[in-house]
Amino acid sequence: MYKRLGRYFPIFMMPILTAFIIAFAVPFLMGLYLSFCDFTTVTDARLTGLSNYKEAFGDDFTHALWYTALFSAASVITVNLFAFVLALLLTKGLKGTNIFRTVFFMPNLIGGIVLGYIWQIIINGILRYRGVDITYSEAYGFFGLLVLTNWQLIGYMMIIYVAGLQNIPNELREAAAIDGASRSMELRHITIPLIMPSITVCTFLTLTNTFKLFDQNLALTAGAPDRLSSLLALDIYNTFYASVGSEGVGQAKAVIFTVILAFIALLQLHVTARRERGNE
Amino acid sequence: MSKKNNALLTAALVLLAVIFIAPIAIVLMNSFKGQFFITDAPFALPNRQTFAGFENYINGIEKTGFIDAFVRSVFITVVSVFGILLFSSMAAWYIVRKNDVVSKVFYYALIFSMIVPFQMVMFTMSKTANTLGLENPVGITVLYLGFGAGLSVFMFTGFVRSIPIQLEEAASIDGCGPIRTFFSIIFPILKPTAITVSILNAMWIWNDYLLPYLVIGSEYRTIPVAVQYLQGGYGSRDMGALMAMLVLAIIPIVIFYLISQKQIIKGVIAGAVKG
Repeated sequence: MYKRLGRYFPIFMMPILTAFIIAFAVPFLMGLYLSFCDFTTVTDARLTGLSNYKEAFGDDFTHALWYTALFSAASVITVNLFAFVLALLLTKGLKGTNIFRTVFFMPNLIGGIVLGYIWQIIINGILRYRGVDITYSEAYGFFGLLVLTNWQLIGYMMIIYVAGLQNIPNELREAAAIDGASRSMELRHITIPLIMPSITVCTFLTLTNTFKLFDQNLALTAGAPDRLSSLLALDIYNTFYASVGSEGVGQAKAVIFTVILAFIALLQLHVTARRERGNE
Repeated sequence: MSKKNNALLTAALVLLAVIFIAPIAIVLMNSFKGQFFITDAPFALPNRQTFAGFENYINGIEKTGFIDAFVRSVFITVVSVFGILLFSSMAAWYIVRKNDVVSKVFYYALIFSMIVPFQMVMFTMSKTANTLGLENPVGITVLYLGFGAGLSVFMFTGFVRSIPIQLEEAASIDGCGPIRTFFSIIFPILKPTAITVSILNAMWIWNDYLLPYLVIGSEYRTIPVAVQYLQGGYGSRDMGALMAMLVLAIIPIVIFYLISQKQIIKGVIAGAVKG
């Protein structure tokens, strides 16, 4: 209907297009190119082929990759389990449900740096009884990150599960009760199948959130001891800024990191699309 | 039976709620202790010997420049969110109504940017920002517009697609051009999505650490950068000031949350399901 809408392109599109090109498009393409170069600033780049990528898979990065994968897997399981149980409890019509929901969700709004220091003081306070602190071993860092992530994400996922649970028609539950289904049968055959969409959403949200985790990691352990508690994002950051002359390697690591996250996103798209087809 | 069960459940939930609040309460408590009494006994209540009054707050505010950081964080968040709201809704409407190759390519580029982790562009982006002179509290809002565009345009286009075009046709017959049509008809309808978009962006920009640290951190600190600034060299940090700054960083968030809780929770659900 708007025959000459194109004339309005500068007004409607230029502001955001310009910002997007400056903040994302140009840096992204430059980054992609620089991952094949040796450089310390952008202007002194020299093409070196795939050598950055070969160097990228050194000990640090491989360790960070496993550490992150393990941490993500542990988070997905614990966060979703706790969040789901809480959501079940908070949809029973108990008194004070709203207050509980308010309390459980709040940590999600606090920034990563602040979260990291809150838990550092608490975990160090506990580890003090063993005469150590969180920088003593990567295992302490791991559990610290896991506890922190649970504290931050449980309320968030709980809210999504509550929304999913409230969408289940009551008639289904009543019908099941009349047919003599027990509580656990109802959970297994009605509740869980019907909130599979929420489970998918929460699983992938936890997965991407934990894979990209940076601020919390920086504040809680800063990678100590000896970079062993570095997740991928922190490892890449340190490759860029904490060592001299390895910017190219850092950029190559960042490209690999991007590919991993793109893969997770495609997986989510695939899972969601397949389920939607199944529903038709 | 059921009543007893409910009482038991409520008791368990109360216990859990206490555990959830405890970390913040512990930080609050420690913020009133002298800086050398925190690491030794973080779970002990302040006593006559360890109580420090507001000393940590005064120290921390001075050391980090917290007041400036607060004003700066407010400025950057507010300006960025308004920019994102205005320009991404305009772009979303144009993309849906024009629906040509250019708009489609741009749309998919925006979607793609949502997947890419910040580490991929952090180095080149901060160099670009320096080259263009964007390393100040005003310039950084341009960067937030660029990074926030993905999710925001995505959410707005979803909503614009559901608006019946007849509405605009009527206006067009009455002689309304695209600009007036957008601002007097479309923009007001977008309100529910606009609230979601503002909340999601405000939460992210307010808490963002790495982008402001890399781009403006050496000269201008935002709140997260100010908190991290206290870290300093190892062993030399002022624990008391850190505790006080954590409390000051949390207070605005709690206030904002208690005021607009409903909107925040609604926004987060909408953002989660779509993103």
